[in-house]
Amino acid sequence: MLKVLRDLLRYDGRFRLAIILLGGVVAMVLLSYDSPYDPGKSFVVPWDLPPSREHLFGTTSRGQDLFWWLTFAVRNSLYLGIVTAIISRVISVLVGLTAGYRGGWIDRVLMAISDTFVVLPLLPILILLSFLLRDSMNLLNLAIILGLFGWSFDARLIRSQVLSLRERSFTRTAIYSGTSGFWITINEHLPFVLPIVFATTLNNILWSIGMEVTLSVLGLSDLTTPTLGTALFWANQHGALVAGVWWWITAPAVVTAILFLGLYLLFTSINEFIDPRTRLRLIGG
Amino acid sequence: MTLLSVQNLHAYYRTEAYGISRTVRAVDGVSFDLFPNEIYGVAGESSCGKTTLIKVISGSIKHPLKAFEGSVNYNFGDYKVDMLQISQSELRRNVRWKRISYVMQGSMSVLNPVRKVIKTFEDIVDTHEHITDKNEFLQRTRTHVNRLGLPTDVLNAYPHQLSGGMRQRVAIALATVFQPALIIADEPTTALDVVVQRGVLHMIKDIQAKSNNTVLLVTHDMAVHANVADRVMIMYAGRIAEEAPTESIFNAPLHPYTQHLINSLPVIGEKSTKASLKGSPPNLADPPSGCRFHPRCPYVMDECRTVAPDLISVKERHRVACHLVKEGSQ
Amino acid sequence: MSANEKLLDVQHVTVEFHIGGLLAGTLLTAVNDVSFSLESDKPEIFTLAGESGSGKTTLSRLLLRDLEPTRGKVLFEGRDVSTIRKRAEFIEFMKQVQPVFQNPFDTFSPLRRVDAYLFDTVKNFRMASNRRDAARVVDNALRNVGLSLDEVKQRYPHELSGGQIQRVSVARALISEPKLILADEPVSMVDASLRMEIVNLFKKLRDEQGVSVLYITHDLATAYYISDRIGIMLRGYVVESGPVEDVLERPAHPYTQLLKESVPEPAPEKRESWAKHIELGTTEVKEYGRIGCKFAGRCPQVMDICREADPPDIQVGRQTVKCYLYAEHVETPQAGAQP
Repeated sequence: MLKVLRDLLRYDGRFRLAIILLGGVVAMVLLSYDSPYDPGKSFVVPWDLPPSREHLFGTTSRGQDLFWWLTFAVRNSLYLGIVTAIISRVISVLVGLTAGYRGGWIDRVLMAISDTFVVLPLLPILILLSFLLRDSMNLLNLAIILGLFGWSFDARLIRSQVLSLRERSFTRTAIYSGTSGFWITINEHLPFVLPIVFATTLNNILWSIGMEVTLSVLGLSDLTTPTLGTALFWANQHGALVAGVWWWITAPAVVTAILFLGLYLLFTSINEFIDPRTRLRLIGG
Repeated sequence: MTLLSVQNLHAYYRTEAYGISRTVRAVDGVSFDLFPNEIYGVAGESSCGKTTLIKVISGSIKHPLKAFEGSVNYNFGDYKVDMLQISQSELRRNVRWKRISYVMQGSMSVLNPVRKVIKTFEDIVDTHEHITDKNEFLQRTRTHVNRLGLPTDVLNAYPHQLSGGMRQRVAIALATVFQPALIIADEPTTALDVVVQRGVLHMIKDIQAKSNNTVLLVTHDMAVHANVADRVMIMYAGRIAEEAPTESIFNAPLHPYTQHLINSLPVIGEKSTKASLKGSPPNLADPPSGCRFHPRCPYVMDECRTVAPDLISVKERHRVACHLVKEGSQ
Repeated sequence: MSANEKLLDVQHVTVEFHIGGLLAGTLLTAVNDVSFSLESDKPEIFTLAGESGSGKTTLSRLLLRDLEPTRGKVLFEGRDVSTIRKRAEFIEFMKQVQPVFQNPFDTFSPLRRVDAYLFDTVKNFRMASNRRDAARVVDNALRNVGLSLDEVKQRYPHELSGGQIQRVSVARALISEPKLILADEPVSMVDASLRMEIVNLFKKLRDEQGVSVLYITHDLATAYYISDRIGIMLRGYVVESGPVEDVLERPAHPYTQLLKESVPEPAPEKRESWAKHIELGTTEVKEYGRIGCKFAGRCPQVMDICREADPPDIQVGRQTVKCYLYAEHVETPQAGAQP
């Protein structure tokens, strides 16, 4: 494992850049645990101060230190992205592998459910749900809802992959080695499916963070929780750009961009490395 | 007059990834000539370098493959080509399909699966000479296809509607539309049934006999060479082990590897035990020292482990690279 | 199992496929009333030979229980294999009947190490109780095929040659000490000069370990070399069968004669008969749909009766031939016999 990381660090420039960018992001997340300011409190520092040595990203119109507030925002957004990704990946892999390998009525039922989720219009439903659950629409619940909506497309992708893998000789070899269907799915098929899962995970994280930003900017999520989205909401609410408090919009935007770019580079470089086919091709196997 | 002269060709695959650098010495010092009006067979196990040799002499030299040394020169009479210097556009315009064409194992790569066969003919003919009269082109194509023994209705079929053997024969028809001086056939019958293989090879022989061109036939199956080729070249680990007219190769093979290739083939009527060669084909990224065949040779001597034998002429048109054979000794 | 029970008994098996849509499809009879058997007391190598579209692959999938026969029965050691439903019974069946597949580079997942399959087989068939014993069983199986665990340990398929992988594949099949190995074109994707090592292995298994082999191939030369008996298949029918020397040295059926003549020999002086011109068929479906003998379209000795109904099985010497030429004991000289 360590050798893999060392190889990636040494030879892939994208990975190095990703580590630097995400290192910064993770540093911010860790710093949030040591924040001198409670993000829930307002007017603890003078408001509308531009960036300086004392307030790295300046202060907001609500008298909060923007840098320390953003450490919480990054932590929460990342938390949302990761939890959503985990929930949706797990469901999509389970559904895709089962539907693909078992076939028959199980396949038809699972795909019918999956297709239903694909066609449901997400944003209106989210808006509706956030109206209904206004008070309990915290980050975890939002992550669960987004996770439940984010698995269907990939499940179908995984299922197609499994359908073709089922016909390969090595599946038959495994059957004749006495392996049960369950272990065939895990040992033979899952390694082929994982690169797909990995590649779409990035997409999923970015999508969920983006969804959260959309909801927050519209004022529909729990606005007291600091996230990248609520940062933009409050900045907008106080007419930051008009009032000349440009750092309130710029800082969250830049941090978001760094987060997205870092994740993208990380996933692309790791994915290319773990996909044995590209690796084989590169080393001439 | 030689059609093709390959001199001391060295072509390697060089890859670098994640700090691992690998050089695969697929063609490592190969020299041979092709003459007009002959069928020249190239034999050898998979990964002996014969596919790389074909790629280089047909101009498909792409990274990570590169020719590091040597020359590949064609003489088409009115037109000469240095394959290692020629540009891709010149290759496309004047060489491919017109003077050199290629038939590979698995014809699907040349037949477009979503278009009727006649359309693929049209595409290829059109890129080289713009078709002005559609009917004349159709007539010409039908005549060509019939002359090769194929029914006209293959032209209106989609590739998947034809059997494997028929597709391969269509691929050969495509390859001969412009009557090229050199047809390169790379394992053209390897995946085909034995009766179909016979039909496809007959077709190749007929074409060669009628148009007096040159066919370079690459296959690991010595029995095919025995029935089709005029001269055979045996390749091993990127080098030539032996080259001679077909009768000489089969009646008096000099190189132990050639002897093995022939002796390891079962024959109907002979129940005697056939031995297999020990070991496996060498890794071209890290080939054995000296004579590359020495780890598997039943007659290995000390010299073989350290000194690579030169390819020498032992009699007219018979060359061998083996320490067992001295110059002019036959 | 009683003494005169057969190891494998294929009884009048027919496999039909529906191709095309539900409303306008056609019926393709891939295997048509095929019967043959293998004795249990005398291990042998039985070859099913034929070109693509002959039905031999369908038959092998049937024997491995990938398919059910439309009609007929397959009995293994007296038991109808279609009655095997419970997983435990299926495991017992698999221990006795093991496959070797055609494509060495697809037999094992390119993402898994090759020895993993061998260890899986040992574990699933309970051939050892701990890891150390399992390693010994695996090593023995590999030595049986001329390899060893050290050579193969932790290797991925792409690190081995085609011939080596096929040997590993045979080793895996031998772990459960089966009575029957079903080898489906095991050497057709291996270089011609390297086929001997695999093929000699099958001979050894029959001679030294009493394992029977059902060898499915289109390569008559290797079939001649190792088989005891052979069945020639064409479009779902077994058109000729019998001891391999008789069938291949003195082929009775015109199709077998054509096949034999088409095998190129590594001897340039024998080019003449191979060089004779032949007709090739166009599409497979046309021949399948033909009434009467499936070879009638290309047979040099075709008669009117051939196009009317399927020829019966006729005993000619030690061979069984499905051809009207031999009906009513017509004395027709058999091709291939030296005058």
